[in-house]
Amino acid sequence: MEYLDFELPIKELEQQLEKCMVIGEESDVDVTETCQQIEKKLAETRKDIYKNLNAWQRVQLSRHPNRPYTMDYITAICGDTFLELHGDRNVKDDKAMVGGLGKIGDQSYMFIGQQKGYNTKTRQYRNFGMANPEGYRKALRLMKSAEKFGVPVVCFIDTPGAYPGIEAEERGQGEAIARNILEMTRLKVPIIVVIIGEGASGGALGIGVGDKVLMLENTWYSVISPESCSSILWRSWEYKEQAAEALKLTAGDMKKLKLIDEIVREPLGGAHSNREKTFETVKQKIATHFEELKKLSPKDLVKTRMDKYATMGVFNG
Amino acid sequence: MSSAWFKRKEKGIQTATEEKKDTPRGLWYKTPTGKIVESEELAQNFYVSPEDDYHVRIGSKEYFEILFDDNKFKELDEKLTAKDPLRFVDSKKYSDRLKAAQKKTGLKDAVRTAIGKSMGKDLVVACMDFSFIGGSMGSVVGEKIARAIDHAKKKKVPFVMISKSGGARMMEAALSLMQLAKTSAKLAQLAEAKVPYISLCTDPTTGGTTASYAMLGDINISEPGALIGFAGPRVVKDTTGQELPEGFQTAEFVKEHGFLDFISHRKDLKKKINLYIDLITNQPVRN
Repeated sequence: MEYLDFELPIKELEQQLEKCMVIGEESDVDVTETCQQIEKKLAETRKDIYKNLNAWQRVQLSRHPNRPYTMDYITAICGDTFLELHGDRNVKDDKAMVGGLGKIGDQSYMFIGQQKGYNTKTRQYRNFGMANPEGYRKALRLMKSAEKFGVPVVCFIDTPGAYPGIEAEERGQGEAIARNILEMTRLKVPIIVVIIGEGASGGALGIGVGDKVLMLENTWYSVISPESCSSILWRSWEYKEQAAEALKLTAGDMKKLKLIDEIVREPLGGAHSNREKTFETVKQKIATHFEELKKLSPKDLVKTRMDKYATMGVFNG
Repeated sequence: MSSAWFKRKEKGIQTATEEKKDTPRGLWYKTPTGKIVESEELAQNFYVSPEDDYHVRIGSKEYFEILFDDNKFKELDEKLTAKDPLRFVDSKKYSDRLKAAQKKTGLKDAVRTAIGKSMGKDLVVACMDFSFIGGSMGSVVGEKIARAIDHAKKKKVPFVMISKSGGARMMEAALSLMQLAKTSAKLAQLAEAKVPYISLCTDPTTGGTTASYAMLGDINISEPGALIGFAGPRVVKDTTGQELPEGFQTAEFVKEHGFLDFISHRKDLKKKINLYIDLITNQPVRN
């Protein structure tokens, strides 16, 4: 397990507890009470730390190296029924954007999401979860296919942004994202979006328009990453923590601003501290929301979705 | 002395007659990597070499056997045969070529279409035969595919097209070219009816087939190593004067470039095609 800087008090206590238990095993000293005390302190410290996370700490948790990624959710949720589908029918199969069909119970869903790697090799293979235009076009192709057959769409968002590359520009990164946003506003099947990690700007929204948009507790979603915001507005990377606060990018802030529909609680310590529980929660949320959304006719579904986006924005007059 | 090992101690043939094995022609198959496989073993292994996983080119007879339960199916429009409307002659008359191909293969033309059960549910399958004039697409191929699509649409049964073709049939010239438009129009109607269409591109799927039905599936899938492309590799090389990249136009290359949903080992084809159908039609997954 890797520890983030603000998790160091937990690490220390865990090490103390381990030492205490070793002493208990190797000597005749009764350490039961000491161990219990440390355990109690550990529980308190955990609660203290995770219940009072600031924006930057949540950003860090959203990028935790042990955090589950899109395919982890899909495999856990669908098991053997998942059938991965590839390609944009244009230039490439983008490894940063995955998708395919799978079941929750008897219901089929089209799952789509950005995929990150878990070590240096797979991170490069997945382009760090930064999709190219072909990734967005692959996503749209799968959505249109789902729409054709009346299959609901589930999108998992976890990206530091759409890939800012030369070829990405040549092939129309902006156009690809724009097209997705437009088509998603009028797609005739339910769309459930879950932000499971990082939700960076257009790269996130390119698969992020939905009837229900959920954010896991320790994720972020905004128009820019705190680091980039810091470098542009403060002209230095040093102000990322301030930027994180200022951007109001946490699930709580986003809910208050009515830009998302629901916050999904994570196990204490973050999604990675109890992966199975996280997967089960997300699975249930998807199924519950779909049960509600399927009651709407395609026409009402699209109208409600459009109305929701039409009300976003704050202004005088 | 070592040579004694080779000396026959007992005279005469010792093997009992019932253990005697005949080795008629064609009992062995040699894969491109030089592996030798027994024909019977090959058939039992879905015509895939157990030595190197090479997927041997097979025809409609074998694919029907693989996809339909107990090899039971009803063939559609089996009597359709080609005419020679242009009285085409190259090194030999088209009409003679047709006769020769029919005689050699026992087939009427380069595609067979059928309906039958696959994992217990109806499936319409059209499968091309490369052995018939290079699996070329003329009026008969176009018409049979069009009618199979109509059948699938009418019965609301998923449609699987197994392509295996060198392209359009030159001996039918533009009549053959227009089969691209005809089959594509039918697929547009099938899409309107929201009947799933699975395109399986097998070795080789080239020319006119890729410029029509082979690339128009709700999913396009293939088998490992299959050649898939519009212009053949030799044409591309001669025209551009460039060295072709490794693996050019293989199924793997085509998938990497975004045109295939997945590549399936032949032994998993039936299961994967039906899994897709169950998922996209929101039916319980069959096992």
